[in-house]
Amino acid sequence: MSIAASWYLTLAALLFTIGAIGLLVRRNVLVMFMCVELMLNAANLTFVTFARRLNDIAGQTAVFFVLVVAAAEVVVGLGIIVSIYRRRLGATADDIHGLKG
Amino acid sequence: MTNLLAAATIPDAITFAVAAVICVVGALGVVLARNPVHSALMLVMTLFGVAVLFVEENAQFLAAVQVIVYAGAIVVLFLFVIMLLGVDRKEAIERDPLPAQRPLAIAVGILGLVEVLLLARGQWPAGARSVSGALGSPGDNVSLIGKSVFTTYLLAFEVTSALLVVAVVGAVVLARRPRHGQGDRGAPEGAVVAPEDASDGPEATGPEPSGPQAIEGEPAGAMTDDDLAGEVMPSDGELADSEVTGS
Repeated sequence: MSIAASWYLTLAALLFTIGAIGLLVRRNVLVMFMCVELMLNAANLTFVTFARRLNDIAGQTAVFFVLVVAAAEVVVGLGIIVSIYRRRLGATADDIHGLKG
Repeated sequence: MTNLLAAATIPDAITFAVAAVICVVGALGVVLARNPVHSALMLVMTLFGVAVLFVEENAQFLAAVQVIVYAGAIVVLFLFVIMLLGVDRKEAIERDPLPAQRPLAIAVGILGLVEVLLLARGQWPAGARSVSGALGSPGDNVSLIGKSVFTTYLLAFEVTSALLVVAVVGAVVLARRPRHGQGDRGAPEGAVVAPEDASDGPEATGPEPSGPQAIEGEPAGAMTDDDLAGEVMPSDGELADSEVTGS
């Protein structure tokens, strides 16, 4: 037997919390992106844990799709960041207020 | 919560504990590191820890994909952008325009964690059993996932391929170098803004509507164009990598 599922879920909740706090606290857009990746990984860990606990392959398939979507999201997001940095140097999240009323 | 060793053997418990510590330390490092490069390397550490946990949970294919796609493609893409933009020399945390936000964010995060842990104490709602097959059915992990992806989730798989194509096109469009002097769309706006910008001075931070327009003209002759033109290539190559390995 292996570790009980509750330990994995607790760890996933901890990782998700750290990622969420980092997303709220940090100002650098790239680091905020990395915190989003942390949260995605926590969700992936939950998927895999429940796939094992319920004896169902669908959880692992969901992680497969999450990985693909995360790759696409990172590519588009980094493209946006690059085009922002091209217009103004030093774009923290506070500098991007062009749409603020 | 049950004991860690309740139903586990000693090597399993040790593996889980080490991987969990690696994950948490890496995650804290992502949030706490001042330098974005250090954050990216700490993210690699967390991803490896999660991959170890995937192996521990009989998801060998996902562990391999995690290392190849996440640590091999996505983090390298992060590092490319960090290096190309030169963000690594900059301190980004010091000036905090919302002083109450940081403790408030930490409080909200801890509150959410406590809430999740309290709600997860009892039975987890599991819902109906899906039709995509049991984890313990004959065949190894890769063939099970392959069967699931190409039968039950075939439509989602095709939609995913369309999403990847859209992402490639979007990355090319976003990272493309803007043409100089040409552009039927930007010309009248620039003509309207130009005298106001000249009267305002070079910085033009004050008036909001002219801000983006005034800055837009700035990097046309700046030095970053060649660097950023080179950036188009790695972002494309990385996406192609992740597409091949991910699908």
